[in-house]
Amino acid sequence: MEGQQERYKPTISRRQFLTAAGGITFVVAAGAFAPKIFAEESRNVPGEDKQITAWVRLQEDGRIVIYNPAAEMGQGSMTALAVIIAEEMDADWANVHIEFSPIEPSTYGLQWGGKLGGPMITVGSRTVRGYYHALRHAGAQARYVLLHNAAEKWGAPITELTTGPGKVVHKAGGRQMSFGEIAAFAKAPAELPEIPEAQWKKPEDFRLIGSVIPRFDIPAKVDGSALFSMDIEVPGMVYGAISRSPVNGSQPELLNEEDIREMEGVIDIVRLDHGIGAIAETFEQALKAKEKLQVSWSKGAQAEGYDSVKAYALYSKTAHDDAAEGEIVERTGDTRQALKSAHKTYDIEYKTDFAYHAQMEPLNAVVSVAADGKSAEAWVGSQAPDTARRAIAEVLNIDFDAVKLHPCYLGGGFGRRSMADYVEEATILSNQVRRPVKLIWTREDDVQYGAFRPIFLQRMQAATDEKGNITAWGHCIAGTGGGLLDSGARINYYTIPNQLIEVRSVDHGVRTKHWRSVAHAPNKYAIEAFLDEVALDQGIGPYELRRRLMKDHPRELKVLDEAARLANWGSPEKEGRARGMAFCERSGSLAAAVVEISLGRDSGQIRVHHVWAALDAGVVVQPDNAIAQMEGGIVMGISNVLYESITFRNGKVRQSNFHDYPILRMADAPESIEIRLIPSQEAPQGIGEASIPLMGGAIANAFLKLTGKPLRHMPFTAEKVLEVLKG
Amino acid sequence: MKTSFTLNGKEVQVETAADATLLWTLRDALKMTGTKYSCGASLCGACTVHLDGMPVRACMTPISMAAGRAVTTIEGLAEEELHPLQQAWIDEQVPQCGYCQPGQIMQAAALLRNNPQPKREEIVSYMNGVLCRCGTYLRIIKAIERASQSR
Repeated sequence: MEGQQERYKPTISRRQFLTAAGGITFVVAAGAFAPKIFAEESRNVPGEDKQITAWVRLQEDGRIVIYNPAAEMGQGSMTALAVIIAEEMDADWANVHIEFSPIEPSTYGLQWGGKLGGPMITVGSRTVRGYYHALRHAGAQARYVLLHNAAEKWGAPITELTTGPGKVVHKAGGRQMSFGEIAAFAKAPAELPEIPEAQWKKPEDFRLIGSVIPRFDIPAKVDGSALFSMDIEVPGMVYGAISRSPVNGSQPELLNEEDIREMEGVIDIVRLDHGIGAIAETFEQALKAKEKLQVSWSKGAQAEGYDSVKAYALYSKTAHDDAAEGEIVERTGDTRQALKSAHKTYDIEYKTDFAYHAQMEPLNAVVSVAADGKSAEAWVGSQAPDTARRAIAEVLNIDFDAVKLHPCYLGGGFGRRSMADYVEEATILSNQVRRPVKLIWTREDDVQYGAFRPIFLQRMQAATDEKGNITAWGHCIAGTGGGLLDSGARINYYTIPNQLIEVRSVDHGVRTKHWRSVAHAPNKYAIEAFLDEVALDQGIGPYELRRRLMKDHPRELKVLDEAARLANWGSPEKEGRARGMAFCERSGSLAAAVVEISLGRDSGQIRVHHVWAALDAGVVVQPDNAIAQMEGGIVMGISNVLYESITFRNGKVRQSNFHDYPILRMADAPESIEIRLIPSQEAPQGIGEASIPLMGGAIANAFLKLTGKPLRHMPFTAEKVLEVLKG
Repeated sequence: MKTSFTLNGKEVQVETAADATLLWTLRDALKMTGTKYSCGASLCGACTVHLDGMPVRACMTPISMAAGRAVTTIEGLAEEELHPLQQAWIDEQVPQCGYCQPGQIMQAAALLRNNPQPKREEIVSYMNGVLCRCGTYLRIIKAIERASQSR
């Protein structure tokens, strides 16, 4: 890891301070001002670098710069993508350095229909699976350029040349040349040839893919030098804060503009459709101005009067209207008929409250609109940087090319940063003052103007025959959130002849958005908890029931079996403890988990002690990072399942910070998490969201085993658990 | 208001509003951006720094409290080499998004100063105020144990 990231050495002394006029008195001397996204950028000396393909730049000192087109929000794909290219070009990993690619989707966008050029968007665990094939090819092309250059230099036929880690070898001529030496004279061909897949590395020859490689971004994340957009400083920058609609859709009228303008440091006030922005010399001054704003909000917004607790009654009624039919997700056989003629039927509702992303870095962006308004530069942590770039251009009514966007590290994304609302706001503020503006959302802003994982009510129905086999399956999803409600509802891996899965969404005008694994967490919870309730009533073990349902799906069954084996399923439970299991697919990955819980009978507090999980994600590029993603998803999943709830009353979000939207703390983390990656040569699949959807079902199922009582409403807060125990 | 204090071993003087917080003074006036803003209410610990060696939440610490005292941030935790905790954080591949990690490391450094060989329960209890949304807690525990054993 040595030398990967230059350590940021603060050298503050009094002589380096300059006196400015008012506001903050001291600023660090010039030089520290130049915003650098990575320490690397400063070391790239123009003229000495050789761009050999769109993805690879060589430096004469042997450094190989590989471009990363994806957001780095903690999921680690920044390193994984470079590993794929480095593998195929046969680079020595010690020489690899990673930079963000330009925000040019035509070159760096995801494989969309098999070819690069889709959007640059880091969502849905798409990155490794969405670039794997294309970047292997890109790596093979970079290798070709190196071979071609060496062949010309030596006057040797290219077919006699091979590569070893970081060098081209000509065995017949008894010579070799490092990639760094080639960099000195390398020329990129006008057109790159297609390299047929048969000429790519054979998986058994992989040196990098599948081995444990430390993440490139980690050294900078332990010494404080990693730059998030929150940390960007540009000359002349001022700060913005916005007071936003408490009820989505209501519009502001500012009642005390003159008073605000007189406040110390205030530069300008900006009216937006959904709020009032204050721009000031310092962030604390902008915050003070925001707090003093007296705003009258317009009446009549659609969300007004929305009460998310009471809304469940409406969703229940919606899901029980047998004369209606929603958007069909899956229809096989005739579920309604099968339910009528069944030996036994089940009909149970499960609920899941709205959830907030709670990424640790609140939303923020730095945007600098030029004095003439015809161009802009921005520093943004975004899951969709091309969308952000386009959003800036649209706000300013300028060309996409007139916007330069510098991607920064993301202090968490989880779906929230795939929206560009905060980037648009910063653009509007900067456009007003034609100066660089850093817009910062407070935590309260981030919660209260959140865009939440929707609220769900799932009506689950099943029919069984005399032997307890499930013959029909009904899953009606009601809630608000439209297209955000259906993911994960399909159960192709369970053989049930009659299936009817549908969505009935009611629009309330509140803000909803993708949240890590989208609808998978609520839907898999309902599916897996319902299965255990049926199994208990039928006197069949939960593992046995799933094994029966998976009889036609050996790949899925293997994952389930592996999780059961890890957890020593079937061994006696410890005193006061019980285990529960769940299975899910997400983004092509197959995952299963067993959790062991205990319960504070007086407190109502569920405690998860151990988690065992198995994952089949095809080829895993970075195994340790895959394990880290599984661990992180499990912890975030437990947090969501036990604690997290956003509620609305009179159209307003009732929570505001971590005191009333608690997320899991270290003391409540499991004592151990054991992950098993199942070896596979299949295409890589998405990992970042694979474990989240398992936790609701697994915990509810362990609780059912421990107490005989079902948990039918997420989150399973202590209050709700006590109610269930009493009931 | 002028305030003088020691920042990472060096004397600094800064002029701010009387009610400025240590957090925004560090970040915006003194350009020490390793200390993070996240909740602004002492609920998450992302802004943890040392004040005379004790961990404090900079977001709720008035700048006046720093006067004449020693403030250490993540940038000043180690001189030349990495602090054993920083090395352990790399060895255990702890960070994911990384945003909370300066606060985690500063909290852990205060723990090890007072208790060089903490038991697991002591680690958990001492670290409980610092939130991590990516769910890196188990690796944080491992890294602290590794660093404490390496001493």
